[in-house]
Amino acid sequence: MGVENNVLVSTVDWLINWSRKNSLFPVTFGLACCALEMMVASSAEYDIARFGAEVFRPSPRQSDLMIVAGTLTKKMAPIVRRIYEQMPNPKWVIAYGACASSGGIFRSYSVVQGVDQIIPVDVYIPGCPPRPEALLKGIMELQKKIQKETIKDRPLISLPGKSA
Amino acid sequence: MADTKYMTINMGPQHPATHGVLRVVLELDGETIVSSTPHIGYLHRGIEKIFENRTYWQGQPLTDRLDYTSGMSNNLAYVLAVEKLIGVEIPKRAQYIRVMLSELQRIAAHLLWISTHALDMGAMTVLFYGFRERENCLKVLETVAGARLMPDYIRFGGLREELPEGFLKEAKVFIDDLPRRIDEYETLLTENVIWKGRLKGICPLSADDAITYGVTGPVLRASGVYYDVRKAYPYSSYEDFDFEIPLGTNGDVYDRYVVRLKEMRQSVRIVQQAIEKLPEGPINADAPQYVPPEKEDVAHDMAALIRHFKLMTDGFRPPKGEAYASIESSKGELGFYIMSDGTEKPYRVRIRPPSFLNLGSVSKMIEGSLVADVVAAIGSIDIVLGEIDK
Amino acid sequence: MSDNTEYLEILSGKADGIEIVPTPPGEPSAMVDKNNIRETLDHCRYDRDLGFNMLVDMFAIDYNGEEPRFEIVYILRSQKTNARIVVKTRCGDEGIETVSDLWPAANFLEREIYDMYGLPFANHPDLRRIYNPDDFEGYPLRKEFPLEGKDFDKRFVVDLEKA
Repeated sequence: MGVENNVLVSTVDWLINWSRKNSLFPVTFGLACCALEMMVASSAEYDIARFGAEVFRPSPRQSDLMIVAGTLTKKMAPIVRRIYEQMPNPKWVIAYGACASSGGIFRSYSVVQGVDQIIPVDVYIPGCPPRPEALLKGIMELQKKIQKETIKDRPLISLPGKSA
Repeated sequence: MADTKYMTINMGPQHPATHGVLRVVLELDGETIVSSTPHIGYLHRGIEKIFENRTYWQGQPLTDRLDYTSGMSNNLAYVLAVEKLIGVEIPKRAQYIRVMLSELQRIAAHLLWISTHALDMGAMTVLFYGFRERENCLKVLETVAGARLMPDYIRFGGLREELPEGFLKEAKVFIDDLPRRIDEYETLLTENVIWKGRLKGICPLSADDAITYGVTGPVLRASGVYYDVRKAYPYSSYEDFDFEIPLGTNGDVYDRYVVRLKEMRQSVRIVQQAIEKLPEGPINADAPQYVPPEKEDVAHDMAALIRHFKLMTDGFRPPKGEAYASIESSKGELGFYIMSDGTEKPYRVRIRPPSFLNLGSVSKMIEGSLVADVVAAIGSIDIVLGEIDK
Repeated sequence: MSDNTEYLEILSGKADGIEIVPTPPGEPSAMVDKNNIRETLDHCRYDRDLGFNMLVDMFAIDYNGEEPRFEIVYILRSQKTNARIVVKTRCGDEGIETVSDLWPAANFLEREIYDMYGLPFANHPDLRRIYNPDDFEGYPLRKEFPLEGKDFDKRFVVDLEKA
């Protein structure tokens, strides 16, 4: 019987996951069309604040959720990767829209065919662009995923720079 | 100590106030900008190249994603250029609906601009009001096209389908309510001392500079130059409508704001006229080799089904030739130069994105101003990186 | 429109090597010899009868297999008379002279042509790639360039040094 099955650890897990999933700070990071829908999701009509994810941070160092909204080009890819690595652990990534998930309709020389080629993605949201409701659904799915994690995989204290 | 050197700072590409992935490298002498170099291409998706490898039909969804704040206008520009090539006559009803939709789209784009620009300038309240009205506008457009941002509704030879029932009523409710809402923004901003202090006299562009830099749209008109494609080279029956072109005098950021607000009021007028005067009749040109049959017919008529299938899989072959068509989008003159070599794929599609040339004038605009005004200048030209980078 | 043909005729009287060619289905355009293009455009910009002070657009077309291979198209507009004309010229890989001193708008547009076709513009103040990264190989809008570029089927590898 390992430590992970311990009653104390799983209770702590539950508490930590609960607090993590309800206070996701997304980094303000729009690449293309989908960014507009991301902005709309934070406006009064859709109100992303209901899920605790309304605090868009301009600095990656203060955020723990990256919503890659839009087409990722080969020129932009190193910058996205750098921003991802600047984010402190624990961190999650949502690929918002067809382009971020798979390259979408832009099957061309300058587009990275899916953001998962450069950073690990937790939730994919299809659509071109997905409606703001889809982002809310994606965040709910991410919350479900976070609730199942253990602190063994995502330590309480860790420094930026290390990929999760 | 070393000699005093200029300081170089880097803005972007991930910067909240550059409206996308623009990067500007600034050289500063203290707080004053000595020179600036915009770097673009972080959203370059090769749309012009993709066009050459797609049929004319398949190219249309790409246009939506150029200037993603005004999809209807982009569709219109592309469709007009192809229609010039194939030489079809568009029924009046379709033309009026096109005008109506592209003006609604202009309103949506300007609302988005006012909201985000005010946010950039530190006036957060306007964002929530602006987005509220924009949502209403998008809902109206959504009833027509079925999508919020990427409508793909204006098609070669006419429109995708007839307007849905109740659309005109909904559009009228929205459009009649809008002037009151614009008044609301005006009370918040126009005479606001902080707003005026932040915007007046900032980063002006003289009329001559604006013309030679190829600037178009509200930025050009704020400099007092009377040029609007809707008036200069009327398309889609714009000559039937009664509207004015608002002009600025100083060409500064404040004038650009005023011009855009006035433009929204003019758009309201145009939409009202279009709803009033909307003629009855067909919405598609009588050109079976370019226009697909009605969906109803496809389900019942074998010949229609075959024609539909042929059009959608093979596409059509416009005669050899070149055509340039431009429209006044919310950013400026949006042009498509399409060259056909007689096959089902265009030989060359050139897109003239208004934001691209407007951005070219930024260096001129911000030279000598303070670093804090860069955000105001970049925000005021209303750039959309999707169409700059293509 | 007939008045644009009128401007083309005025223009062809000003400089040599100008031929008015039909461009179906629209209005005719002026095809200018490569050696005269700079002089012609100078007339377009500053001549009192013409005064085309706005460079609406400028781009290239790749006629692969023809000689000279590239066509450069200028769309000019006059704010005073509201006339809009199309001026064209043909050139090979050696490129042509810049017009960015006549119209500053050409600065970005010429950089775009350089990026997409690899045509150099003599005397251009800042000729760099504009869309693609500086170390990009090939010229995307040339007809022989594959749409998907090279290494499309391989996983994309990030070079963090570039960030």
